[in-house]
Amino acid sequence: MTGYKKAFRKAFPYTIPVLTGYLFIGIAFGVMYAEKGYSFLWAILMSLLVYAGSGQYLAVNFFVPGFSFLQVIFLTFMVNVRHIFYGISLLEKFNQMGMKRWYMIFGLTDETYSLLCTTNVPEDVEKDKFLFAISIMNQSYWVLGSAIGAIAGTVLPINSEGIDFAMTALFVVIFVEQWMDRKNRIPEIIGVVVAIVALMIFGANSFVLPAMLAIVALLFVGRKKLDKEDDEICH
Amino acid sequence: MPLSAGSSFLIILLVALTTFATRVAPFLIFPKGKEIPKTIQYLGKVLTPAIIGMLVVYCLRNTVILSTPHGIPELVAVVVVAVLHIWKRNNLLSIGVGTVLYMALIQTVF
Repeated sequence: MTGYKKAFRKAFPYTIPVLTGYLFIGIAFGVMYAEKGYSFLWAILMSLLVYAGSGQYLAVNFFVPGFSFLQVIFLTFMVNVRHIFYGISLLEKFNQMGMKRWYMIFGLTDETYSLLCTTNVPEDVEKDKFLFAISIMNQSYWVLGSAIGAIAGTVLPINSEGIDFAMTALFVVIFVEQWMDRKNRIPEIIGVVVAIVALMIFGANSFVLPAMLAIVALLFVGRKKLDKEDDEICH
Repeated sequence: MPLSAGSSFLIILLVALTTFATRVAPFLIFPKGKEIPKTIQYLGKVLTPAIIGMLVVYCLRNTVILSTPHGIPELVAVVVVAVLHIWKRNNLLSIGVGTVLYMALIQTVF
């Protein structure tokens, strides 16, 4: 276990925004699932095994008589299809992580992916332990939030409406950080513009897959120009 | 509970496996030890900033534009987060202030 304590201590500050966001969107999930009649143990089980924000929100609707398993698979696939593209940026990084890589792949949520790809690992800490610590801590916040929501969500004294904006703010912050590096700007603009256009055409529930495909296509079209920037974006 | 424990567990397992399948796909297509094609290496580099851009839009996908409040709380909060972050470069400050501001806007103003 040498080095893990240090890795967790060093990684913790980077995960605080996710801590805030996951606790509250986890609570929201816990509340919804509990309202279906499931105890907090079920919420914890789902957050341990599935670990996906919008995927679990959607999954709450599956627990009704007559819902087919094929629908479960199809709808889950559609809501999580963007994740297919995440691993492409992390192939080399994860392949150096031994058996830990299976957990790293399992834990590739939007937020964890963003942190893993954009955080510069401090020099005095082992890289793979640091990244592993980020993933483990992020999931622990999610599980904790789900449990709190399922146990006490309905009696929480504060009005937490809008707290999930913490997640939006996290991505805006990462967006700004990436923007500081000139070579990221064209891909970022492509991502935003294509997503907005796809959102207007296909609507909020089905724009992600066409957006991702169009983004990949445009990145290929612009390859000659973009590939000149040699150094890695996702080290 | 609307379903039996067995069916409920099976649903969770299916959701878990399907979710994992989407995350593991690139690692199965390009397994450890196999040379990653240049094209995919390039994509890996430029995809991250593009996805971050898409995720900002994804988070805001349910914003109401055509009727009140016309996305004003979201717009104000996003601009505040961005400006504050360019100015101070402090993650927690930008996210904390932006979130509290957004909550105040939708709970009291709009």
